[in-house]
Amino acid sequence: MYYIVSIAILITMALALARALLGPSVYDRVLAVNMFGTKTTLLLSVIAFLYGRPDFLDLALTYALINFIGVLAVLEFFQSRSIRRVNNRVDGN
Amino acid sequence: MVILFAVFLLTLLVLTAVAIVRTENLFVAVMLTGIFSLLMAANFFVLDAADVALTEAAIGAGITTVLFLGALALTAEHEKSVSAGRWLSMGVVIVTTLVLIYATFDKPRLGDPQAPVHLHVAPWYLDKTPEIIGIPNVVTAVLGSFRGYDTLGELFVVFTACIGVLFILSGRRGRHLPSNGRASSSTDQGLGHHLIPKVVGRLLIPFIVLFGFYVQFHGEYGPGGGFQAGAIVAAGIILYALLEGETQALKAVPLPALMGMVVGGAMLYGAVGIAGIVLGGNFLDYSVLADNPVTGQQIGILIIELGVGIAVCGALLSIFHAFAAREPS
Amino acid sequence: MDSASDVLSWILLALGGGFVFVGGLGALRLPNFYTRMHAASLTDSMASILILLGIMLQAGWSLAAIKLLAILAFLLLTGPTASYALANAALLSGLKPGSSADESKEN
Repeated sequence: MYYIVSIAILITMALALARALLGPSVYDRVLAVNMFGTKTTLLLSVIAFLYGRPDFLDLALTYALINFIGVLAVLEFFQSRSIRRVNNRVDGN
Repeated sequence: MVILFAVFLLTLLVLTAVAIVRTENLFVAVMLTGIFSLLMAANFFVLDAADVALTEAAIGAGITTVLFLGALALTAEHEKSVSAGRWLSMGVVIVTTLVLIYATFDKPRLGDPQAPVHLHVAPWYLDKTPEIIGIPNVVTAVLGSFRGYDTLGELFVVFTACIGVLFILSGRRGRHLPSNGRASSSTDQGLGHHLIPKVVGRLLIPFIVLFGFYVQFHGEYGPGGGFQAGAIVAAGIILYALLEGETQALKAVPLPALMGMVVGGAMLYGAVGIAGIVLGGNFLDYSVLADNPVTGQQIGILIIELGVGIAVCGALLSIFHAFAAREPS
Repeated sequence: MDSASDVLSWILLALGGGFVFVGGLGALRLPNFYTRMHAASLTDSMASILILLGIMLQAGWSLAAIKLLAILAFLLLTGPTASYALANAALLSGLKPGSSADESKEN
């Protein structure tokens, strides 16, 4: 029962990786990384039950929280970069 | 079935690694490094190594990405292309790879029950942990007590790394104040004017810090421990810094407090070791800390894990603030 | 009673697996960034709910079920927020919705 779900999640992880490698714009890649993080959370939960070790759910909980921080850091980076570009343009003119 | 999962994940790992090396855009490389770390954590988990997977999850996916992006903001985003000496380096890499593959022919197979490590060392740890230390998580027992000296060394390596980064990056603090009329520094406002991430982030930060404390003190019963907990609490405070701006985060946890945490955590560990000597045993011998040796071991492991957690949290936050405070030239 | 909850969790897990796969396929095949985001957020919300509910039925009333509930709550809280923030950043930096094919926008 759990095997089929874990295989489905693994295939989706491969698809997300393909999107991260292909995605022409930068935002496609960030989207792929975010999706990869949530898939990893689900995979860890399913495999924890597959192995009969429910106390490994702490890892899935960690990922659910930390994935969010990575995405927000990326957005902060974009914002600071666009402000820097505006400032450089203002200085240059 | 484990083999199928592991082979699949390792194939994805190789693809990601090839893509990281081949791309010239450094931002793409940072994103792919995030995926690499997630794949490694899943791989560790499939191989039943939960503590290592938790550490990789806490440090690799969140904090390393943030630090790499901080470094990217200060430097360029495209790799400079190097064309000289490529064939020589390719030759060196191929020769080293072949030598390493040849060296693995002598290793026992993965999980072989007749391997020396499974015949001598592992059964001793598994037998002796309940009677000497008495906690369910053998990994924490080995890390904290049987190989406590190694963990002391690891902690001081983290401490040294923090000091090294601060030496390199803190030099130009004086030029950080804006002197003209341009818009205030971008890291000062954070993502503050985006309402939805701000509200959701504020909801999450107490839970992240609480979860970090849970992982710290639960390390003796399940996967967890000082390194993971320090990274999780640091990630929570970095989230606060991302949302509210760096100056707010410095008001909340000021830099002297961070230095105090780094130094205090490392010295706490050393103090437990010296307490062992003072009370009549060897350095880092926890059995003498209480009347019952087993209780003494548990108290010792608790205190050193606390020291490790505090020091790692302080170190990661100091490095983050060192990156975030510099203005790109 | 036991087999009823088993059958129910089977159905939930199978549906969840199906949604995950459809979301992944959509993220790969759809033409535009914003349409791909629709597909990816499908995996964040619907698939997580189905899969985690399916596992919760197997776990019964235990600490594991509470942890799974916490994981579900955090995923549902952070997934849509991350999607919103990403779409906002993409829109503010000029990526226009509604174009049918990708322009190579290497920012």
